[in-house]
Amino acid sequence: MGQKTALYEKHLQMNAKLVDFGGWDMPINYGSQVEEHHKVRNDAGMFDVSHMTVVDVTGADAKEYLRYLLANDVIRLQEQGKALYSGMLNETGGVVDDLIVYLMTDPDVTGEWFRVVVNCGTREKDLRWMADHTARFDNVALTERPELSMVAIQGPNAIAKVLSVVSESRVKLIETLKVFQGLESEGWFFARTGYTGEDGLEVMVPEEYVADFWQALADAGVAPCGLGARDTLRLEAGMNLYGSDMDEKVSPLSANMGWTVAWEPAEREFVGRKALETQRSAGVKQKLVGLVLESRGVLRSHQKVMINGEEAGEITSGSFSPTLGCSIAMARVSAEIADTCHVDMRGKLVEVKVVKPSFVRNGEKVFS
Amino acid sequence: MSDIPSDLKYVASHEWIRDEGDGVVTIGITDHAQDLLGDVVFVELPDVGSEFTTGDDLGVVESVKAASDVYAPLSGEVIAINEELEDAPELVNSDPYGDGWFVQIRLSDTSEVDDLLDADGYAELCEAES
Repeated sequence: MGQKTALYEKHLQMNAKLVDFGGWDMPINYGSQVEEHHKVRNDAGMFDVSHMTVVDVTGADAKEYLRYLLANDVIRLQEQGKALYSGMLNETGGVVDDLIVYLMTDPDVTGEWFRVVVNCGTREKDLRWMADHTARFDNVALTERPELSMVAIQGPNAIAKVLSVVSESRVKLIETLKVFQGLESEGWFFARTGYTGEDGLEVMVPEEYVADFWQALADAGVAPCGLGARDTLRLEAGMNLYGSDMDEKVSPLSANMGWTVAWEPAEREFVGRKALETQRSAGVKQKLVGLVLESRGVLRSHQKVMINGEEAGEITSGSFSPTLGCSIAMARVSAEIADTCHVDMRGKLVEVKVVKPSFVRNGEKVFS
Repeated sequence: MSDIPSDLKYVASHEWIRDEGDGVVTIGITDHAQDLLGDVVFVELPDVGSEFTTGDDLGVVESVKAASDVYAPLSGEVIAINEELEDAPELVNSDPYGDGWFVQIRLSDTSEVDDLLDADGYAELCEAES
């Protein structure tokens, strides 16, 4: 038996099929993963993501610490609540984890602090890594917040349905949120972020309130959705999954995360910077692309990508796209790849289209 | 607990067999199998007229989660395939013993039927696997 979130009883009541995920008993679906997927694209669905790790970073050196720890630069956060996606790299430029960091206070206030959300499967490693890198700063404190549950409500009608179940003051707060911004409200935290390519919220809730919040959302017509739908939704949105699309041996430059590396200002030192600069000047040999299979069949991770009969990389994430009705994948391949290539599918070479690794946004197909 | 109708026969690779009389059987995959696979998105079936020996690959079921071979539970010639599955593969999930059937085979050796599991035998096997 794994660890249980505060929503475990709710999942059982709602007929979830539970699986082990990073040591947690989590819902993979509540019947049909494909139906849950469509519910998010067309209406509203909710995910229990309480297994994710929340760490508050406080102290006078919090900002300088994060500027050193992360490849993206928290100095870009110029408004209270704004969020930044970043890789946390090792000295060889590999990705220790990907994360979201929120600026929790006004940018000009003294004692500004941050909230970081990292993956569950990498929790121990990340916490150790983060603690080790505080050594060169005098005043940084890391506080894990396991008492916060987290629910992601996603889809075109998600925000409206959340508004229908929260207090008037919270309605006002949520209505002010810009995309990629999160704000606190009496111990709760509402962020307009997600992992599906749809509008929506990720809400952190003190665990004693989360079951009632979940039930209220269900009563408002928000469909409970499992990790299965979460995976096909994020794949369609072209969002990386740590451990599949990148890991400690993969550079962000080969994982479609180049946009998250803040090279300027050049004098900012961050962990992994030297390695990335060397890679950049040598030329990056591999990149992450999207693949579309227009014929029947499903692309799967670890299948080989072939160019002119030569092995040229492999699929990092592959599945069926319920929105598009065909299979899609992300693959790390030779940077010289053309518009089409082949994939070795169970011994058969099948032609696939090569596109940017983004397939569906706000319910619409985005590649041509 | 998955549904295991008592009027059908089964094999350990999770196909079910219904005797239609005159040496003809209908074949599909069990409720337990569809539950393990999750949402089915493609089903690849053999051509009508093709011949199979017990244990041959009869087709492939692709779900969101995995690709899985379907094996011929008996030897014979395919006389019909379920063309509905081309456009509606989800029938395998919603009605595995009815509209989600795969193929009909005319048996080349009706004595093979004696080797099949009955519902109790198959239930025990599923129990042991879980």
